[in-house]
Amino acid sequence: MEQVYKRTKGIRDDMVSGFCPGCMHGTVFKLIGEVLEELDILEKTVTVQGVGCCGLAMEYVTYDCTTSPHGRACAVATGVKRTNPDRLVYTYQGDGDLASIGLAETMSAANRGENFTVIFVNNGIYGMTGGQMAPTTLIGMKATTAPAGRDPKVHGYPMHMCEILNQLTAPCYLERTSCNTPANVRKTKKAIKKAFQNQLDGKGFSMVEIVTSCPTNWGLDPMASLDFLEEKMLKEFPLGVIRDKSREEEAV
Amino acid sequence: MARKFMKGCEAIAEAAVRSGCRFFAGYPITPQNEIPEYFARRLPEVGGVFVQGESEVASINMVYGAAQTGTRAMTSSSSCGISLKSEGISFCASARIPMVYCNVQRGGPGIGAIQPAQQDYFQATRASGNGGFRMLVFAPATVQEAVDMTYEAFDYAQRDRNPVLILADGVLGTIMEPVELPPMRPEEEVKALKEALSDWTLTGHRAEEKALILPGGWAGQEDRCRRNANMYETWGKDVQVEEYETEDAEVILTAYGICGRIARSAVRLLRKEGMKAGLIRPKTVSPYPYESFDRLNYGKVKAILSVEMSIPAQMVQDVELAVKDRCRIRTCLRSGGEIMSREDVLKAARELV
Ligand SMILES: Cc1ncc(C[n+]2csc(CCOP(=O)(O)OP(=O)(O)O)c2C)c(N)n1
Ligand code: SF4
Ligand SMILES: [Mg+2]
Repeated sequence: MEQVYKRTKGIRDDMVSGFCPGCMHGTVFKLIGEVLEELDILEKTVTVQGVGCCGLAMEYVTYDCTTSPHGRACAVATGVKRTNPDRLVYTYQGDGDLASIGLAETMSAANRGENFTVIFVNNGIYGMTGGQMAPTTLIGMKATTAPAGRDPKVHGYPMHMCEILNQLTAPCYLERTSCNTPANVRKTKKAIKKAFQNQLDGKGFSMVEIVTSCPTNWGLDPMASLDFLEEKMLKEFPLGVIRDKSREEEAV
Repeated sequence: MARKFMKGCEAIAEAAVRSGCRFFAGYPITPQNEIPEYFARRLPEVGGVFVQGESEVASINMVYGAAQTGTRAMTSSSSCGISLKSEGISFCASARIPMVYCNVQRGGPGIGAIQPAQQDYFQATRASGNGGFRMLVFAPATVQEAVDMTYEAFDYAQRDRNPVLILADGVLGTIMEPVELPPMRPEEEVKALKEALSDWTLTGHRAEEKALILPGGWAGQEDRCRRNANMYETWGKDVQVEEYETEDAEVILTAYGICGRIARSAVRLLRKEGMKAGLIRPKTVSPYPYESFDRLNYGKVKAILSVEMSIPAQMVQDVELAVKDRCRIRTCLRSGGEIMSREDVLKAARELV
């Protein structure tokens, strides 16, 4: 019989997921594993993990892994990649990690055009610490530190990292995807593959922003959080390619 | 070997390169700018990488990353910039990442003064970041010592898989002195040093041999603390100290770094005046040379003077721990960019008796 699906070698066989039901972090790690396997570079990969719920995956990815201080993943990855240029290096960061405490490191690495890949998992909330407001929290959305909901007069507006980085000249590829439907999961995988391929081709900084859910801290069950994601999150964070210089360069 | 006339900061950078340092990241701050500037010119010549980080926070994290590939890596800053690095330094200590950094101290607290000072002693020896870790801390008093200590610091860092601090100050960073540079490590040796670490470094592994670098974690933290504590216990052998004219001394001056040098010349003059003065100059301030104070003859020693460019005094606490009430301890202090003069020390020493 033809095998149409198998477990990725990028994740340990004996792994027990620590993620909450309906969480999409697990999906993203699975997709990354599949892409690395397809590119046949598992043994040449290094991931720099941010601090957040992604930390639950450090033990179960099957390739080299380090942990950065909260927000510093892009700086740590700069050091790893510059001294290890023939390895594939990717950071994995939540929205608190990348867009709040790590904003300077993210912007500066993107501006230098560092040749690594950023996987940015935007769930609009601080998952790990229990539902505090993130820079990406939607207007009106409740958080433990914004109990009446995000008020733009006090908290400002959600930050759009792909669009912000698109102001810079150096980045090669910026795309926003989601994992809320099978079609979007496939698109996410395609985007991750493209971002990794850019790095292998020496094209510089790529970031895939993946809009995900956090049922636990959104206070919704997994199904309801899919609806919320579709109706609210994707309205604020429209999906699509925001920048793609990889093609331009091919044309030259 | 040929002697060269070099500025302290540049000599430190050159010594690092010769020791095999191939990655440096830093952020501008006076009085240490010549360190990153020198690396920016020098590292590309030897196939190394220089990055001007967007901040001290980013720079130390770049070093944290680079060192995890087995590359000898360094950063430097001054006082308030070192504070910003403390998170990363603590991560290095926790994740057992060898790394060397240099603090060319200026005045403090806060932004302090850009002139030389020794206000960061506690930070260097007691709490260079959260978590109660310790480091070897070298305190050079001459450009030559700065060179030798930097050269060796990378070996110590690698031996212990722990950060090592070169605690300099603005005088040492900016003076020019003749130095003898250590030999340049051949490129094959530098490569071999990196490869020798590849079982734990982020160089790509098969799943069964995966490198996983954790600066902490849900389990096993007590064991990690205990393992580090056991390592600190072995550092007694690494104490470095200069004991000068201490045998028959009735008055002991003690000082590290630039003040150690000034105090040494004061001892010579005091001896000429007929005062039996001696000097204990810690060359490592962590581990501290407590035993040098046990070797003193307290039948003779009347008083000890801690000479520091810090107000309030800081190293004096280690002196108190070492002396254990066996004689009087006084301090001679300057700070805020006022450099200790030999006259300050002579006056304070004469007042002791
Ligand atoms: C310096 C520092 N500050 C705060 C924390 C606590 N902390 C851990 S995870 C986290 C937020 C994570 O949120 P996010 O990056 O959005 O990731 P998520 O868990 O939502 O995937 C915070 C604030 C920390 N570990 N270190
Ligand atoms: S708290 Fe949220 S982000 Fe974290 S594992 Fe649970 S659902 Fe996922
Ligand atoms: Mg989040």
